[in-house]
Amino acid sequence: MQVNMTVNGTEISEEIEPRMLLVHFLRDQLRLTGTHWGCDTSNCGTCVVLIDGEPVKSCTTLAAMAAGHEVTTVEGLEVDNVLDPIQEGFMQCHGLQCGFCTPGMMLTARSLLNANPDPSESEIREAISGQICRCTGYSTIVRSIRWTAEHEAGISQGGAA
Amino acid sequence: MTATESTEESTEERPIGFGRLLRKEDPRLIRGMGNFVDDVELPGMLHMAILRSPMAHARIVSIDKSAAEAHPKVVAVITGADLAEQGLAWMPTLSNDVQAVLATDKVRFQHQEVAFVVAEDRYSARDALELIEVDYEWIDPVIDVRKAMDPEAPVIRDDLEGKTDNHIFDWETGDAAATAAVFERAEVVVSEDIVYPRVHPAPMETCGAVADFERVSGKLTLWCTTQAPHAHRTVYALVAGLPEHKIRIIAPDIGGGFGNKVPIYPGYVCAIVASLVIGKPVKWMEDRTENLASTGFARDYIMKGEIAATREGRILAVRTEVLADHGAFNGVAAPTKYPAGFFGVFTGSYDLEAAYAHMEAVYTNKAPGGVAYACSFRITEAVYLVERMVDVLAHELEMDPAELRLKNLIKPDQFPYETKTGWVYDSGDYEPALRKAMEMAGYEELRREQAEKRERGELMGIGLSFFTEAVGAGPRKDMDILGLGMNDGCELRIHPTGKAQVRLSVKTQGQGHETTFAQIVAEEIGIPPEDIEVIQGDTDNTPFGLGTYGSRSTPVSGAAAALVTRKVRDKAQIIASGMLEVSVADLEWTKGAFTVKGDPAKSVTIQEIAMKAHGAGDLPDGLEGGLEAQICYNPSNLTYPFGAYICVVDVDPGTAVVKVRRFIAVDDCGTRINPMIIEGQVHGGLADGVGMALMEMIAFDEDGNCLSGSLMDYLIPTALETPDWETSFTVTPSPHHPIGAKGIGESATVGSPPAVVNAVIDALKPFGVRHADMPLTPSRVWETMRGNHTPPI
Repeated sequence: MQVNMTVNGTEISEEIEPRMLLVHFLRDQLRLTGTHWGCDTSNCGTCVVLIDGEPVKSCTTLAAMAAGHEVTTVEGLEVDNVLDPIQEGFMQCHGLQCGFCTPGMMLTARSLLNANPDPSESEIREAISGQICRCTGYSTIVRSIRWTAEHEAGISQGGAA
Repeated sequence: MTATESTEESTEERPIGFGRLLRKEDPRLIRGMGNFVDDVELPGMLHMAILRSPMAHARIVSIDKSAAEAHPKVVAVITGADLAEQGLAWMPTLSNDVQAVLATDKVRFQHQEVAFVVAEDRYSARDALELIEVDYEWIDPVIDVRKAMDPEAPVIRDDLEGKTDNHIFDWETGDAAATAAVFERAEVVVSEDIVYPRVHPAPMETCGAVADFERVSGKLTLWCTTQAPHAHRTVYALVAGLPEHKIRIIAPDIGGGFGNKVPIYPGYVCAIVASLVIGKPVKWMEDRTENLASTGFARDYIMKGEIAATREGRILAVRTEVLADHGAFNGVAAPTKYPAGFFGVFTGSYDLEAAYAHMEAVYTNKAPGGVAYACSFRITEAVYLVERMVDVLAHELEMDPAELRLKNLIKPDQFPYETKTGWVYDSGDYEPALRKAMEMAGYEELRREQAEKRERGELMGIGLSFFTEAVGAGPRKDMDILGLGMNDGCELRIHPTGKAQVRLSVKTQGQGHETTFAQIVAEEIGIPPEDIEVIQGDTDNTPFGLGTYGSRSTPVSGAAAALVTRKVRDKAQIIASGMLEVSVADLEWTKGAFTVKGDPAKSVTIQEIAMKAHGAGDLPDGLEGGLEAQICYNPSNLTYPFGAYICVVDVDPGTAVVKVRRFIAVDDCGTRINPMIIEGQVHGGLADGVGMALMEMIAFDEDGNCLSGSLMDYLIPTALETPDWETSFTVTPSPHHPIGAKGIGESATVGSPPAVVNAVIDALKPFGVRHADMPLTPSRVWETMRGNHTPPI
C-alpha cells in the first residue's frame, strides 16, 4: 500500500506492506536509525517518536497509522546545524550513557517542554515514566530536562528584553 | 592525593587530564547518529530468525522444515542435525562446559535454540518460523533447584558421557575447621536462609550480530554486541576452525551490556554459519523475549548464612552454604580457577577471625548463564549475604546496624588486608566513608523520625550497607578465561602534529571510554583530550585484551593507557634532550612540555617533540623515529573500591508498597578521572539495586515456562520508582595502580540491594520481621507483614 506522511518536515510517499510497524518503516525503509527498538510491548520507549507533536511508541504503531500525519524523529531535532536545546541539555548534564534510550527520552522531553516550559521534577518523572533507561538511574535525565527548561526560559527572556 | 581532590573541585571546562569533561561520544548519540548493530546495513544482506523450544525439557522426535523452505522469500532453514554434519552443533561455554548451538537430541530449557531461518527480510524470516513443524516428546523438567540433586531427578545433561546426576561442581573457600571452632565458642550465633533470585541484565539494546563472510578473501567480519571482541575472535577461531587472522570482530556502539554481552550466544554462531553457507551478509537481532528468556541471567543463589559474634557486637566469623542454579549449561563467565567467581569476598569489609563457604552448583532446566548484571563475578551475591547477615545480627543483638558496622570495619592501618579467604584488599579507609554517608543522611535525625512514626503506626525504614568490591581481573598467574590471560594491551600513537590515537582492547557499552581514556592519556602527556582519539571495539585495529566487564576497564586497561603513555613520554624526553642539547637528567616534565631544570625559558612542548620524532634530521644516538608505543598490562592485584550506602524507605501499611524516599551513596574508587562519569556509573547501579531489591526477577512455573519473558512481566525501575540520588565520595588511591584508580562500574549494583532490603526489613521491624527475600514486591511485603512469606523459586 501507499503511505504519505511528513517526516522531519519532508513530505514522503512510500510503498509498504500494510502490516509494517512504524519503527521498521523509519529504520529499515527510510534509514532513520536514530529511532531504536527495544521491547515489542510498549514498555521501554526506545522507539518513541512524535506524531503531530505527541510522543508515540513506534513499535506498536503501524506505519499506515501515521499516514497523513507529521512524524518527528531524533534526526529532526537538529535544524540547520543548530541543536535543539534538549540535545544540548542531555550533553551538559550527562543525561545519556549508552545512548540507546536517549532519542526517545529527548523527544518525550521536547513534547513535555512544548506543553509545559517549566516542569517540576515530579512532572518530568511522570512524563518519562513510560520509558526505561538502564544506565543513568534517571536523575541526570531529569537534570537535563530542567537544564533545558531553564536555558529556554533564559532565551525567551533574552528575546523579550 | 590532594592533587586529585583539587581537580575534583576544578571548574575548568576543558581539563587537560582529570576533571569533569563532557563526553566525546555524546555529539553523535544525541543526534541519533550512533551506529548500533541493528543499524548496520550491507548490500544483499539477509535476515535470520531463530525457532525456539516451547518446552523446558523434551526429546526432539522430528523436525519438518519443508514448508518453511518452500516460503518464497526463505533462503535457508538450518536445524541442529544440519549443524551436526559440520561438527558445529555444540560450542564451548566460558566455563569449559559445552552448550548446544541448535538442539539435536533434546531441548533443555524453554526458548532454547532449535532451528534458524534465513530470509530476504525481517518479517519473512519470522513468518517462516511458524512453518517449521517440530515434534517434541515431553520429559519432566528440573525447575526447583532444591530438587536438582534428588535421586529421582531427571538427568538433564545426558549428552555428557557418564553423567548420572545434575551436579556441576563443589567449591569451598576458607578454613572449615577454624570457622567451626569459632562458631563453637561464640556467644552469639545467628543463621538465616537467604535467596538471591534469578535476575537479568536486560540492556535496552538486545543482543545481535551481522556476519559477513567474503568467499574469495576468506575473511569473516562480524559486527556484534560484544563486550569482549578479542576473546570472541579467539573462541570463534578455536571452535569453528576459522583462521584467526581472517576473523574481524567489530563491536560498534553498544546499547548497554551489564555483563549480558560477554558470552558467545548460539545466535552469533548461527549468523556466522549462515553467512559462511550462503555467502551473503546475515543479520540477526533478538527480540526482547529471546533476550530475557535465553541469554545470560544473573544470581540464582540459595544461601544459608551464619554469623558468629560476641554479645558486645564483635563479629568473629561468617559461614555459608550455597546452592547455585546454573541452568542447563554452565555458562558462567568467571576466571578458570574461580568457578564461583569472586564470591570468596563474602567476608565483606570486616576484620574476622575465620570464614568458610561451601557451594554446590547444579544444572536445572532453565536458561544458561550466571554471568552478569554488573556483579563483578558474583560479588553482588557475596556482599548481599554478608550485609544482610550483619543486619540480622544487629536485630538479634538489638544494636543499631551503623554502630555494629563501625565496630567491625577493617581499620586503615590494617591495609593491605588479607581476608580469611585469601583476598588482599589493596587500600581502604572505611570509617570516614560510613561517617560521611551518615552525616549526609542525617542519620540520628532519621532514627528520631522513625521512632515518632512507629508510634503512629507508620512504617519507615533505614537501611545501611558497607561494601568492598574486588575488580580489575586480573593477575595472569591466577586468572584466565578459557585459557586466555586476563591482561590488556594498549597502543598509543602520537602523530607528527601532536595529535594522538590510543587503541584499547576494552570496549565501552556506555561507560564513556572515549572520554575517560583520552583523559588518562592527556593527564600523562599533556595533549588536550580533544586531540586524542580513542579507538576500540575492532579487533583488526586494536591490541589484544579481554574486554570490558567486572569493572575491569579502568583497573586494567586504564593502567595500560597510563603506562603506554609514560613509555612514549620517556622516548619524548630523550628526543627533547637532543633538541635542547642537555642530558635527559637535566630535564623536568611539566604537563605537556620538557623544560631544562633551572632554565624555564628552554623548553619544548610535546607537540614540538612529536614533529621532531617524525621530522627530518638526526635523533639522539640509537633512537628510532616515530613516537608510538604498545604495551600489555598484567595487574599485580585486583583493586578494591568500597562504599557506604544508606537507603530510606516508606512502606504503605495498607498496600505494602515500598517507596524509596532517599538514597545516599558514598563511593571510594581511588583516583577520580572524570567525576561526572563516575557519578553516572553510580547512579545507574543504584537504580539496578532498587530494581533487584523491589521488582526484578526471572520466574518460572513448575513446568519450566519462563514467566518473565517480556518487559510487562520483568519489571525494571522507571523514573517514578527511583529517587534523586544523593552521592558523594572519598579518595583512597590504589597503591599498585599507576594512577591510583580503582573500578567503579559495578560498585553501586553490588552495594545497593542490601541497603534497600535492609531498609524494608527495618521498616517491618514492628512485625518482628528479621528477613524477607527479594524482590520485595507489594505481595511479598504483605505476606511478610503477616508472617507467611515464602522464598521465591
